Amino acid sequence: MARKATATKARAKSNAPEFTKDQELHAFREMLLIRRFEEKAGQMYGMGLIGGFCHLYIGQEAVVTGITMASKKGEDAQITGYRDHGHMLVMDLDPDAVMAELTGRQGGLSKGKGGSMHMFSTEHRFYGGNGIVGAQVPLGTGLAFAAKYRGEDTVSLTYFGDGAANQGQVYESFNMAKLWSLPVVYIIENNKYAMGTSLERAAATTDLSQRGLSFGIPGEQVDGMDVRMVFEAAQRAIEHARSGKGPYILEMLTYRYRGHSMSDPAKYRSKDEVTTMRTERDPIEQVRKRIVELGYASEDELKEIEKDVRAIVTKAADFATRDPEPDASELWTDVLVEQ
Amino acid sequence: MPDILMPALSPTMEEGTLAKWLVKEGDKVGPGDVIAEIETDKATMEVEAVDEGTIGKLLVAEGTEGVKVNAPIAQLLVEGEEASSPAPAQEDAPKESEQPGPDAAIDAASQPTVSSKSDAAPAAPQFTPASDPDIPEGAEMVTISVREALRDAMAEEMRADKDVFVMGEEVAEYQGAYKVTQGLLQEFGPERVVDTPITEHGFAGLGIGAAFAGLKPIVEFMTWNFGMQAMDQIINSAAKQLYMSGGQVSAPMVFRGPNGAAARVGAQHSQDFSAWYSHVPGLIVIAPYTAADAKGLLKAAIRSKNPVVFLENEILYGSTGEVPEMDDFVLPIGKARIAREGRDVTIVSFSIGMRYATQATEKLVAAGVDVELIDLRTLRPMDVGTIVESVKKTGRLVTVEEGWPQGGIGAEIAAQMMEHAFDYLDAPVTRVTGKDVPMPYAANLEKMALPSVDEVIAAVNAVTYRS
Ligand SMILES: Cc1ncc(C[n+]2csc(CCOP(=O)(O)OP(=O)(O)O)c2C)c(N)n1
Ligand SMILES: [Mg+2]
Repeated sequence: MARKATATKARAKSNAPEFTKDQELHAFREMLLIRRFEEKAGQMYGMGLIGGFCHLYIGQEAVVTGITMASKKGEDAQITGYRDHGHMLVMDLDPDAVMAELTGRQGGLSKGKGGSMHMFSTEHRFYGGNGIVGAQVPLGTGLAFAAKYRGEDTVSLTYFGDGAANQGQVYESFNMAKLWSLPVVYIIENNKYAMGTSLERAAATTDLSQRGLSFGIPGEQVDGMDVRMVFEAAQRAIEHARSGKGPYILEMLTYRYRGHSMSDPAKYRSKDEVTTMRTERDPIEQVRKRIVELGYASEDELKEIEKDVRAIVTKAADFATRDPEPDASELWTDVLVEQ
Repeated sequence: MPDILMPALSPTMEEGTLAKWLVKEGDKVGPGDVIAEIETDKATMEVEAVDEGTIGKLLVAEGTEGVKVNAPIAQLLVEGEEASSPAPAQEDAPKESEQPGPDAAIDAASQPTVSSKSDAAPAAPQFTPASDPDIPEGAEMVTISVREALRDAMAEEMRADKDVFVMGEEVAEYQGAYKVTQGLLQEFGPERVVDTPITEHGFAGLGIGAAFAGLKPIVEFMTWNFGMQAMDQIINSAAKQLYMSGGQVSAPMVFRGPNGAAARVGAQHSQDFSAWYSHVPGLIVIAPYTAADAKGLLKAAIRSKNPVVFLENEILYGSTGEVPEMDDFVLPIGKARIAREGRDVTIVSFSIGMRYATQATEKLVAAGVDVELIDLRTLRPMDVGTIVESVKKTGRLVTVEEGWPQGGIGAEIAAQMMEHAFDYLDAPVTRVTGKDVPMPYAANLEKMALPSVDEVIAAVNAVTYRS
C-alpha cells in the first residue's frame, strides 16, 4: 500500500470529463426519473396519500446517478439515510414498489411496513433507508468489512449528509475503515443544510472532504451538481477502495431545492439562494443543454424520454394508490426470522 | 504476631496453589520482599511481605493445592517475638457454619422461612410525595397549549436562574423542531439558547459535564428516538454519578423532548422510552398529559437537584388545557393525579395513554361504570400509594400505555399490586399496551399497533366481568 500522505486533498480536475452520448442520455434519463418521481411523491403527500416524513431528493440527483454509473450496479452495496428514494430508483428498484412503500401498501418494498425512510433490497444490495442520522455510516463500513472478509471484490457506497458528518460514529467508522483497509467510499452529500442549520453553524471545519485527515483517508470535494464530475471522482474513489487501498471520502457539493421534509418553512435560507441554484446549477438542465448542443438528441427525442419517464411515474403512482394496505396479519410477521 | 495470608489474584479467586516458598523459616524479610509464588488456573503471582520481621513457621507446604484465599500461610515474627504453634485457622476466619447455630434454631422455630443473612440489604427508603399546591383563590385560569406551557416553564425558570440554559438541535434559530422553544432565543440570546450539531451523545455528555460544574442544563432531544444515541451518557454519567461519588457530584438537569409514536413516521421514529428510563435508579422520569402538569412539572424538573428525564409527546403539543396564572406554579414530582374519582374500577395511565383512558372513561361512565382514573404524571418515583388506595376501593385495575408490554409500566404496576394490594384485587390487573412489534408505517397497521379506546373498554369490561 502506498505510504504517501494520503490525506492531502486530492485535486478535482478543473476540466470536467467528457461523457459519451450514451452516458449523457443515461444520466439524463436517470436524473429525470428521480425528479419526476419526487415531484409526484410531493403531490401525493399533499393529497394525504403519503404520511409521516417524506424527504425529497430534488436537486441532488447528480450525486447518486454519477456514483452509481461508476459502480458495479447490483454488486456494490449502497446505503444511505432517509433521503433515499433516488438511490433506489437508480439502483433499478421497481418504482411501483418504491411508491407503494411511500403510501404504505402491501406491494411496497417493505410490504408497507417501513415507509419512506425504510426501504431495502438485498437483491439489489441496497441497505436502506435509515432514519437515525449517522447510523448508516458504521453499517456501511460493516458492509465493506463483510466484502473484505469474504474476499469479494465489491465496495460499499456509504452516503450521509453534512449534518450527519458531525456524529461521533462517523469518526469511529473512519478509524476502523482505515485501520482495516476496508473497501468503502464515504459519500458526503453536502447540501449545505441539516434541517435548518447551515453547515457553517454546525461545523468547526467546513471542508468535509478533509474529515478523514487524521485517519489518513484521502478525500476530495466534488461539484455534485455536475454528474460528469461526480462520475469521474467516483471512479477514482471506487477504484481506490476496490483495489485494497481502503476507504475514500467524496464530499459532494450539492443542494436540495425543497424543504428538509414536507413540513419545513425554510426560513433559514433565502429564496434567491434557491432560485440561483435552480437556474444556474441544475444537474438535469446541465445535461439537457449539453445533449442538445452536442446533437446527441433533438428536443423531440428528449421529449420522448420525458414521456417515458412520466409514464413510469404515473404507473407507480397509480399502483401505489390502488394497491391495498397490508393484511392485518402482517402486524405480527417479520419481528424475528421464523426458524 | 501477624500471619501472612493467602492473597487473591483477582476479585473472583477463591483458592490457589502455593507453588513455591522463596524464604525459609528464620529468614528476615521487609516490605516488598518476595516470599512465595502462588498459582491459579489463570496466572502466577508473587507474594510479597507487607511487614518487616522474621519468617516464623511456614504453615502451608510448598506445592499445596486448594489453599483458600485469606488462609494463613506463614507466621511473621516482628521484633522480640518467638515462633509458636499456629492458632487454629477457624478462629481467624470464622466460616458461615454449615450447621445452624442456636440462634438459627430459634429463628427456624419461630418462622418457617430461611433466615435472612446478616448482610441482607436494609429496607429501601419510602418516597412520600408532596401534594399539589393550593391554587390561590381567585387565580385566573388561562387556556394554553402543552407546547406553550412547556415554553413558559422554561422561560420562567430561565428568568429566575441564570444557570439554566437550553441546548439541542434546532432549538434556537429554527425556534425548535416542534416549536417548543419558540421565542427563547429572542429573549435569552444565543449563550443561553444553544443550537448544537447533530451529536446527541456528545452534547448530552457535554450538558452533564456542565451540570457537574454547577449549571442547570435543559438538554432537548429533537425526539427521544435520537436521545437513544445519548442513552449511555444519561444512564452511566448522569444517573449514577451521585451514587458513585458518594453524594458529591450531581447532575441537576433536564433531558426533554417528544417521546413515543408521532404519526406514520415508522419504526425508528416511534418508540416509547417510558419503561426504559423508569428502570434506572438515579433518574427522575416525568411524563405529563395536561398543559398544567406540563408546566408545573417542567418547572419542578428544572429546579430539581437531580437528572430528570422529561418525556413529552408530539401529538399532545397542540392540545390545550387550563393553567393557573400565578407567580410560581410548581407541581410536586412523584405525585399522581386523580383525574376522576370512582368506585368500580381503576384505570391508570400517563402521557398520551391518558387520551385513550379519558375517552374510554367517558364512554364507560355513560354506560354506568364508575371509573376512577389516575394520571401517574411521574413514572419514577412512582406514586404506588395512590394506586393502592384506589384499588382498595375498586378492586379492579387496568393500565394503559403506548409502550411495549414486556417490562413495561403496566407490568411494573401489576407487580406492585401483587405486593401491596393482592388481597384487594377482585380481578387480575390487566394491561393495555402498544403491540409487541416495532411500529409499522402502513396506516392500518399503525393503528392496530397502538392501543385503542376500544381495547381500554374491553379490558375494563373484562375486569368488571361485564363482558
Ligand atoms: C440521531 C438523529 N438525530 C436527529 C435526527 C433528526 N433529523 C433528521 S434529518 C436531520 C438533518 C440531517 O441533515 P443532513 O445530515 O445534512 O442530511 P440532509 O437532510 O441534508 O440530507 C435531523 C436533525 C435524526 N433523524 N437522527
Ligand atoms: Mg444536509
